[in-house]
Amino acid sequence: MKQLSLTTVGLLVLMTTVSFAQSAREDSFEQIERGRYLSVLGDCSACHTAPGGAPFAGGVVLKTPFGNLVGSNITPDVETGIGRMTEEEFQKVMSDGIGKGGYHLYGAMPFTAFTKVSKADNSAIYAYLQSLQPVKNPIESNQLPFPFSVRTSLIVWNYLNFQKGEFKPDPEKSEAWNRGAYIVDGLGHCGTCHTPKTALGGDKNDLFLEGATLQDWYAPNITADPHKGIGSWSIEDLTQYLKTGTNRFDTASGPMAEEVENSSQHWTDADLQAVAIYLKDGRNADAKPPQPIAATDNRITAGREIYADRCSACHTPSGEGIGRLFPKLAKGPLVNNDDATTLMRVVLAGSKADGTHAAPTGPIMPSFAWNLSDDDVANVLTYVRNSWGNAAPAVSASDVAAIRKGLQE
Amino acid sequence: MATKLPKTDVVIIGLGWAGSIIANELTDEGLDVVALERGPWRDTATDFNIASAADELRYSQRQDLMLRTVQNTITMRNNPSQTALPMRNWGSFHPGNGTGGAGNHWAGITFRFQPEEFRLKSYLTEKYGSAAMPKELTLQDWGTDWSEMEPFYDAFDKVAGTSGKAGNLKGEIQEGGNPFEGARSSEYPTRPLKQPYGPTLFAEAARNLGYKAFPVPSALISEPYTNSLGVTMGPCTFCGFCTNYGCANYSKASAITTILPALVRKSNFTARTNSEVLRIVMDSTGKKATGVVFVDTSGNEWELPADLVVVTAFTFENVRLMLISGVGTPYDPISNTGTTGRNYAYQTANGVQLFFDDKNFNPFIGAGAVGMGIDELNNDNFDHSGLGFFGGGSTRVTPIGAAPIGNRPTPPGTPRWGSEWKKETVKNYLSTMSIGCEASSYATRNNYLSLDPTYKDRLGRPLLRVTFDFPQNDLKMAQYVTDKVEEIAKAMSPRQIVKNPAKGSWNGGPYQSSHIVGGFVMGADPKTSSINKYLQSWDVSNLFVVGASAFPQNPGYNPTATVGALAFKAADAIRSLYVKNPGPLVQA
Repeated sequence: MKQLSLTTVGLLVLMTTVSFAQSAREDSFEQIERGRYLSVLGDCSACHTAPGGAPFAGGVVLKTPFGNLVGSNITPDVETGIGRMTEEEFQKVMSDGIGKGGYHLYGAMPFTAFTKVSKADNSAIYAYLQSLQPVKNPIESNQLPFPFSVRTSLIVWNYLNFQKGEFKPDPEKSEAWNRGAYIVDGLGHCGTCHTPKTALGGDKNDLFLEGATLQDWYAPNITADPHKGIGSWSIEDLTQYLKTGTNRFDTASGPMAEEVENSSQHWTDADLQAVAIYLKDGRNADAKPPQPIAATDNRITAGREIYADRCSACHTPSGEGIGRLFPKLAKGPLVNNDDATTLMRVVLAGSKADGTHAAPTGPIMPSFAWNLSDDDVANVLTYVRNSWGNAAPAVSASDVAAIRKGLQE
Repeated sequence: MATKLPKTDVVIIGLGWAGSIIANELTDEGLDVVALERGPWRDTATDFNIASAADELRYSQRQDLMLRTVQNTITMRNNPSQTALPMRNWGSFHPGNGTGGAGNHWAGITFRFQPEEFRLKSYLTEKYGSAAMPKELTLQDWGTDWSEMEPFYDAFDKVAGTSGKAGNLKGEIQEGGNPFEGARSSEYPTRPLKQPYGPTLFAEAARNLGYKAFPVPSALISEPYTNSLGVTMGPCTFCGFCTNYGCANYSKASAITTILPALVRKSNFTARTNSEVLRIVMDSTGKKATGVVFVDTSGNEWELPADLVVVTAFTFENVRLMLISGVGTPYDPISNTGTTGRNYAYQTANGVQLFFDDKNFNPFIGAGAVGMGIDELNNDNFDHSGLGFFGGGSTRVTPIGAAPIGNRPTPPGTPRWGSEWKKETVKNYLSTMSIGCEASSYATRNNYLSLDPTYKDRLGRPLLRVTFDFPQNDLKMAQYVTDKVEEIAKAMSPRQIVKNPAKGSWNGGPYQSSHIVGGFVMGADPKTSSINKYLQSWDVSNLFVVGASAFPQNPGYNPTATVGALAFKAADAIRSLYVKNPGPLVQA
């Protein structure tokens, strides 16, 4: 009997071990590989991998209207990273915006979008992050000035700006549409850049994806608006843009070029397709364009001459551009957005497209700060924004001066 | 003492057209490739900014893209009885530097050689008899033929996006193209460029005289083009800053606009710039290369061991490296033995200037390779019986742009400065055009390359010595074809015609052509050639030497398409034959 009992205990121990091994799937190849893909889909490295730094060891400075925030170290280093964070704690970061120890995270960590990410996906991301080489790199994330540095203020912020809850598929829509919505609204956190912000830095949810300014770039309107948004782009135009960073209309620049380089060029074709389907079905498809400024306006006639001299060689006299090389300005969504921040910035500072594997050329837009005055830049952009079917508010020389000053700082 | 680096599968010397093509092919094969480039890294986005690329003083006058002569130059003389002197400013030719090499500042004229060229000696002997061959010439066959070359010309055209109109498509002569070209397997990848006024007038006059005028094949493309590597080019805008400049519009094919953006993304490719190769390292048998030694900008020497060494520098440096490294036997014109340095040839540049009163050519509209040409006066496209010479030239009008410092077309007799010169410039700037005739240069026994006994580079290595003068054959040819071009010029009724055939001795001062060929030539016979038809050294089977240095003589065409085709040919031989069975691919 005793013998039997010992054997039973032995068996139990063995069974416990086996069942433990089976449930300990967080470090399985499939789980880690899925987590790796999801971390790419969510572009975690955009904030958590500093240029030239170790992957996910933090250090990217985000300039917000309130001050600087720095992406944290999310390698599994026990002292400076997330080595001591449990999966449940990680889950709370993603879905509740609550850090280990119970403090509130700033909205720069887009938990207002990540709350939609499924528990299973969070598990996979956690498994992947825990599989990384730990890197010792202490980061002080909160570099905001008082009073924003006081995290308890975030309780109010959350009340105003945060709606918690996992993504719920719309049964009326296709599987691809729902996958697209899950990526755009959730893990892909497109609205973090593309949705206008309130005075407190929260998303204006009624203006979802209608375009926003950040760090002297304008993240354009990506609703289905045929004039200002991506309504005139086909599904293939959208997938090609996300996959290669360029298409027959435009070439990604600034933060979007980084997004393509680090994230969307690596997405599966199915996910690219899903995102395109969802975006194409977005709001404002019936929006009407405004009237263009009259061709006889002095700003337009002056701008036309500057365009002919400085711009037309690449962008062509009719604003059609050259596909995959020089962006099309005629009926370009970015050109027709109300906010011309990116346009002013690119004319003044130039821009370089990051080559991708599918489109390695990586063409450049040179800087014209040295040979175009504020008035010249304003006039040429006003001309571009009101020619060839475009219609958008005039750009003023004082706006250009402000951007120029910002770039010099 | 050189520090030894880890071994690589392949080391490539020079990252211009040939080096980039071969690096791309061999990395596709899965080989680890390290490319060494003596000049700086260059790419369109950084170096050829549209706002600053059109700088005549910097690029044309001060030769910013060319090899600096303090780093390396040549010495020159006209014949073996003279003492050579160093060229301290590039005059006659413009060797390139940096990634992209001379392929950045080239004009972009992209002719293929004709089928007869690859067996020129046999062809001319069969047609005219060996007695008709001028005694001074040392013409040779290439050891290959059209059927072996055409697929690689096709590969080059497709990577470069060459614009033009086929004249012979699979043996069918095509209206509007060059009827003298060898049969092409496919049409040009992009359509011909639009023609400016000068070429249009010339084509009309030439057609009225019975010539078949065609758009000059061009590496400046006419419409957007994405090649098989995914690299995109845009259409040429005729900006007029082309020859001697890098292209800011992604319109002129070069290694940096067509290959390097894709190549640098490969994990099995490494480029080391500002790294000048000192010599090929040989094993004790002298039959096998074990790698190379190069020097960095700090003067540190590095030995890079490699299984395969591919030399793709400019003609001059290809040959000098072979002489310095002791590959093959140096050519000796007296005993007519040795092959390294043999059959050096050049290009015979001729032209006719036309001054009009009633025309406006807007000459600032231009591009290195936009224009109309005829080929009736080229190579053996006309009967040479009884003429006393062989060869001919590609005749064309290609307005390259007329920037203000260099372009002052004034009739002979005009003062070189002062108010009269200014008045004549104003009078003639818009209304002058010229017809060029880029003619053949045939090898002779006394035109050759060797190491200079006196002058050394900064590292103590002998400079390359060029011994060259125009053969009588070529001077007779130049006179003949220039007279023919004059007939066309007369039919265009200008106020004044000025003929400029090549004449007298070669002068290194004025720019003539960068088409420097031979010195390490290909062929079927190791006694008269250095490399076999796969561009593989006869003596050192793990050494391939690729470039215009392989041409046994120069026909009346620009060399780049052939350099590109030879690069694809060598890469194909390495991929399909050599890696499976390293060793000599042709038994001598």
